Amino acid sequence: MDQAIIISFVLSVMTASTPLLLAATGELVTEKSGVLNLGVEGMMLVGAIVGFATTVHTGSALLGVLAALLAGAAMALIFAILTLTFLANQVATGLALTIFGTGLSALVGASYVGTAVEGLPKVLFGHDALVYLSLIAVFAVAWFLRRSHRGLVLRAVGDSHDAAHAIGYPVVLIRYLATLFGGAMCGLAGAYMSLAYATSWAENMTAGRGWIALALVVFATWRPIWLLVGAYLFGGIMYGSLAIQAAGAISLFGYPLVVPSQLVSALPYVATIAVLVAISRDRAKIRMNAPACLGRSFHAAG
Amino acid sequence: MTGQAETIKATGTAVPLLSLTGIVKQFPGTLANDHVDLTVLPGEIHALLGENGAGKSTLVKIIYGVLKPDAGEIRWQGQPIVVQNPNHARRLGIGMVFQHFSLFEALTVAENIALGLTDAADRKGLRARIVEIARSYGLHLDPDRAVHDLSVGERQRIEIVRCLLQKPKLLIMDEPTSVLTPQEVERLFETLRRLAKEGCAILYISHKLEEIRALCERATVMRFGKVVAHCDPRQETAKRLAEMMIGTELKAASHHARGEVNGGPRLEVRALSLKSEQQFGTDLKDISFAVKGGEILGIGGIAGNGQAELMAALSGEMPAAAPDAIVIDGVAAGRLGPRERRALGGCFVPEERNGHGAVRDMSLSENAFLSGHVRRALARNGLINSGKTARFADDVIRSFDVRTTGPSAEARSLSGGNLQKFLVGREVKQSPSVLVVCQPTWGVDAGAAAAIHQALIDLADNGTAVVVISQDLDEIFALADRIAVIAEGRLSQAMPIGEASIEQIGLLMGGTHGAPGESPAASVEGRDAASA
Repeated sequence: MDQAIIISFVLSVMTASTPLLLAATGELVTEKSGVLNLGVEGMMLVGAIVGFATTVHTGSALLGVLAALLAGAAMALIFAILTLTFLANQVATGLALTIFGTGLSALVGASYVGTAVEGLPKVLFGHDALVYLSLIAVFAVAWFLRRSHRGLVLRAVGDSHDAAHAIGYPVVLIRYLATLFGGAMCGLAGAYMSLAYATSWAENMTAGRGWIALALVVFATWRPIWLLVGAYLFGGIMYGSLAIQAAGAISLFGYPLVVPSQLVSALPYVATIAVLVAISRDRAKIRMNAPACLGRSFHAAG
Repeated sequence: MTGQAETIKATGTAVPLLSLTGIVKQFPGTLANDHVDLTVLPGEIHALLGENGAGKSTLVKIIYGVLKPDAGEIRWQGQPIVVQNPNHARRLGIGMVFQHFSLFEALTVAENIALGLTDAADRKGLRARIVEIARSYGLHLDPDRAVHDLSVGERQRIEIVRCLLQKPKLLIMDEPTSVLTPQEVERLFETLRRLAKEGCAILYISHKLEEIRALCERATVMRFGKVVAHCDPRQETAKRLAEMMIGTELKAASHHARGEVNGGPRLEVRALSLKSEQQFGTDLKDISFAVKGGEILGIGGIAGNGQAELMAALSGEMPAAAPDAIVIDGVAAGRLGPRERRALGGCFVPEERNGHGAVRDMSLSENAFLSGHVRRALARNGLINSGKTARFADDVIRSFDVRTTGPSAEARSLSGGNLQKFLVGREVKQSPSVLVVCQPTWGVDAGAAAAIHQALIDLADNGTAVVVISQDLDEIFALADRIAVIAEGRLSQAMPIGEASIEQIGLLMGGTHGAPGESPAASVEGRDAASA
């Protein structure tokens, strides 16, 4: 392979990986605080359409991205109010949020199908700022959780909310903030889908990436750097499978090998999960990193 | 001791460090604190004594700002204050070591301590200061170890160091010794006495009367949310203290009729070896013992020496490699699961009440069904016989004086002692041929502990083979006919309780399996290593 092909491969992989990485990074912070928000897919879709519509009407991709960020956070706020204040079940509420987000985005987006936007401006090496932001975000989150005191408090709240409350940390407030951050990142991931990855809107355009992001967080055993590995693995296979599909058929030892396109489309999902399961089987690592209070409601007594 | 007595006299006229007047706290259904008054002087070790549910923990949570009182006044160094939250309490100079440790399993020692420090300035050079405080008070700690593989004693040291780093004026200890070995208790007391001498007042909550008599200078006794007595525990007998606490005369457990053991063994364990499933567990190595009907075998040892694994092996949660490694009433049960062992007559009370012994969110009736349905035939054609189950639960509640609203109460609503009485009662009422209990009176008040002990003795008198795995040597000496010690996954020869001395048992606990006569210095080192 000559250099140009390699570079184009790397650039394409980065493009395919970025939405996953943004969403998964946000969800990781949310889960580390002990909140399981299964509404990632819904928040991404709402972020995608709000970002797209704003860009269409204002002509400014930057405003679109900001709007998507706020839309994602607003969706997360609904979730937080229901689960953290009214102590609704997090799994059920998260699933409802995804269904709500899917429906809402389809409704709002109906009139935008077929519209195209210019997309995000490229800033460096043919990439837009969100690609670099996603990388910075992963490392920033890794540093925040490992090194900073606030990150330590966040992890502590996820590990034992009763102990954190007994010491005197505002458990519910911290969880609100972590959930809002997660929502904002999912909104960004959605904006990337509609403004950079596709530069158009299509119903249900995230195609299950929100669920993959959720799976990535678990299989990366809640370690940000492994999210990066997982997301780029997914992106790599995604791009590879597109290339296979584009080629139509590959020949194996001179015989044409016909692979059904559905199978090729499923490949990144299957392969990413298989690889991550294989590397995350270490029970000690899971015990050390999994937030023990994940998904459990907290109600302060007295 | 005389020095401390003088301190009291000297400070008797001084402004109290902390004084509470007329504290009231109402919970749904109970009045947890009913006009409670409490005064703590600087530099004294003050005991707060009472049964489970007497309102001690509620009161200290109010002092520490975790709960808000409904009425009453708190004065701190003479000034009326409202403790907003634990951060505020810490800034005032109040430190607290919780009964159920407020530690984070997945974090390291240093991280756990950092979380308890309010001011960012306090966290500078934290590691060095942890090591320094730990050394100067003889509280050995490695700042980089993760909490989940530390022993209970080490976990408590983390909490104490966390408090000491903030140079508290008042240290509240909520049931600190319920899970410590005798050696660890002695070391804790030395630390506390030294702190008191340095001017830090200690509010010591316990129902272990001997300890209070050894440590404390003044005691406030609570019962049903009210203060019922003040006394100098050094002037009272343990029996008197217990009676103040319970409000009636304390019946000591009748002594187990020894020497009437006959018949063959009902539980036999033959050369049982087992790999632990836990990451930092202890493997069982070649364990053999036999218990006859009517006999109580006590198994002592420091926490983390294989007790959890032995309990899992006996109950069938971890099956043995060979069927005849464990024999219940002549039937090889080594490969059988817990249900099948129950059908053979084996009943089990695990160490952890919440989540292992009982399902917290289920009713007592449902919890009774979970373990009792095999032996009490509580299910018919795959359906729960709910009437019979409720009657069984009600029978347990009545016979063991479990304080609850009835069989439909959730397990989580019971206090620790009451839940433990229920769990022991649930097994005892199944008239087992073999009963294995682990830490039966862990964190349980004197009244409940006496009731549980009596139940175990009665059961043995009726011909059951009883095994008590406990870190509390007093308990084993009070109950057992024979004692064996588990250390590093090996079990010593069982010896009759009359022939065992505390010193000898202490050596065995340190892993010295040889006969007495080995150098004591070596054994002391071994003990330290095992407890560290």
